[in-house]
Amino acid sequence: MRGRLPANVIIWALLLTAPFWLPLIGGYTALASRILIFALGAMGLNLLLGFTGMMSFGQAAYFGLGGYGAGLALVHLASSSWLAVLIGTLAGGAAALLIGPLVMHRRGIYFAMITVAVGQIFYFIAERWDSFTGGQDGLTGFSRQPLHFSGYAISLRDVPFYYFVLFFFAIGAGLVALLLHSPLGHTFVAIRENRRRATFLGIHVERYVWASFAIAGLIGGLAGALNALQNNFISPENLYWVESGNFVIIAVLGGMRSFWGPLIGSIIFIGVQDYVSSILPNNWETVIGALFIVVVLFFPTGVLGIIRRGVRPA
Amino acid sequence: MELVLFDGFNGLIQGAFYALMALGLSLIISLNSVINFAHGGFMVVGAYLAFALAPYLGFWGALIAGPVLTGILGILVERFLVRYLYARPDPVYSLLLTFGLALIIEDSVRSVWGAGGVPFAIPSWLDSPVSETYFFITGYRVFVMSAITLAAGALFAFLRLSRFGVRIRAGILDLETVAALGVNVYLLRAVNFAIGIALAGFAGVLAAGVLQLSPTMGNDVIMATFVAIVVGGIGSLFGSVLGGLLIGLAAGVTSAYYPVASDVVIYVIMAIVLIVRPRGLLGQEGLFE
Repeated sequence: MRGRLPANVIIWALLLTAPFWLPLIGGYTALASRILIFALGAMGLNLLLGFTGMMSFGQAAYFGLGGYGAGLALVHLASSSWLAVLIGTLAGGAAALLIGPLVMHRRGIYFAMITVAVGQIFYFIAERWDSFTGGQDGLTGFSRQPLHFSGYAISLRDVPFYYFVLFFFAIGAGLVALLLHSPLGHTFVAIRENRRRATFLGIHVERYVWASFAIAGLIGGLAGALNALQNNFISPENLYWVESGNFVIIAVLGGMRSFWGPLIGSIIFIGVQDYVSSILPNNWETVIGALFIVVVLFFPTGVLGIIRRGVRPA
Repeated sequence: MELVLFDGFNGLIQGAFYALMALGLSLIISLNSVINFAHGGFMVVGAYLAFALAPYLGFWGALIAGPVLTGILGILVERFLVRYLYARPDPVYSLLLTFGLALIIEDSVRSVWGAGGVPFAIPSWLDSPVSETYFFITGYRVFVMSAITLAAGALFAFLRLSRFGVRIRAGILDLETVAALGVNVYLLRAVNFAIGIALAGFAGVLAAGVLQLSPTMGNDVIMATFVAIVVGGIGSLFGSVLGGLLIGLAAGVTSAYYPVASDVVIYVIMAIVLIVRPRGLLGQEGLFE
């Protein structure tokens, strides 16, 4: 990690100053917030996908639940953005904690299919429970609230909201980084590298998969809560399996095996989506689909995988 | 009572579609080791091809040509895209590639035929109810049930009795040995993929007469198909059929008693099956893990 210190400093410096330089290259602040939110959700997923080696295709469930948690907290509980984020995060984490035992015994294709199908349960509940979730039209009637610091109120407009998101992104990314350097994180990697050997070493593999799954859900919930606050809206679409696919492609695009991969992937994916949907409003899905295929066929290790190979030939 | 029969029969029809889709998907998962997210997309392609061809070929011509053309499309997709996945056992790549394919298919269908639904005409003599009390049993639905039964039966017979079918089954068990015995496994996999896709196309043509056509009609079907396979047990073709019928029937009966839950019930069944029988009803230990 010591060798990567300059890279980390550069990345954080760029993130901290994004609202100032982004407009110069044609971006806008809300786009940067969106990129951070999806990067955070994908970072959570990547703990499972890239570091534990479990192919989860259901991250949208926890992302969406985080959104509903945040939205419902604002509608029913109190008008506090902090509380909304907290409730949303806990909603995602709690759901993943409960679902974990159902999926942790499975591997490979099975794991993927079960995580995606379980995610659909939440989608249909949100879509059908009109009185509570707003049904198909989504949940509205809430908006992000100003933050209060001993008398001062900061309204979360464009740029302040970006820093609000960045604050939570830093917490989430910090948590993932700490985890990856802890024995727990090393155990995750051991399971990815050789599940059978890990078992022989006395590791309760399934419990660790459960832990990884729950933490991924927790971070997904955090990202989802921020997403709901950004849009002041949450719809069942955020729970749908297509959204889960987006998180997977973000992680793969940047590089599943690397810490910063999801951020790079999110910059590319959200950037391309934003750009293409503005010039090709009717056919942007084809471009995104083609992007998926090109990545799988030609860049399976993601952007960071390519860079790393270029720097240090194997 | 009649309502339950009505919804139960609807569910059975739905289940038969799931079973047919699950059969094709199961074949592809087993031999090609690819989770085909685009399976629903191919179903939509089959349906729209039939819709486009019916004015020229008539219903029966479209019923044959739709699946065949979809199958040919399947071969092309296998040759140009899917075969590159065989060297990458990590399922993430097959999921992403076919997911991208699904997006492209949906978008293309929408561009060609529009986002709204289009009607599909079936022969009028098939459209009338079989009896007056059971008005919901139309001739077409009986026809759909028999056609699906026939297709599934033909597939099982093909896999049991023909030389090629036996090779497919052998390849599912141990592809390396089959290759070592001099069987062209590239051809085997390509044809297998095409058969699976053609079944999806066939389901699409039949569905065109029951449901209204829309570019997104495959999205919900593909998820139900996944559930059918997980419930039946991954790797078991018979399990796929069983799983499909079971969840279709369950969804149908639920919509008679508690309509709001009819979409969720199949996932609940899946969760229960996974707790009681982690590998699905007929799944085998150690496969695809």
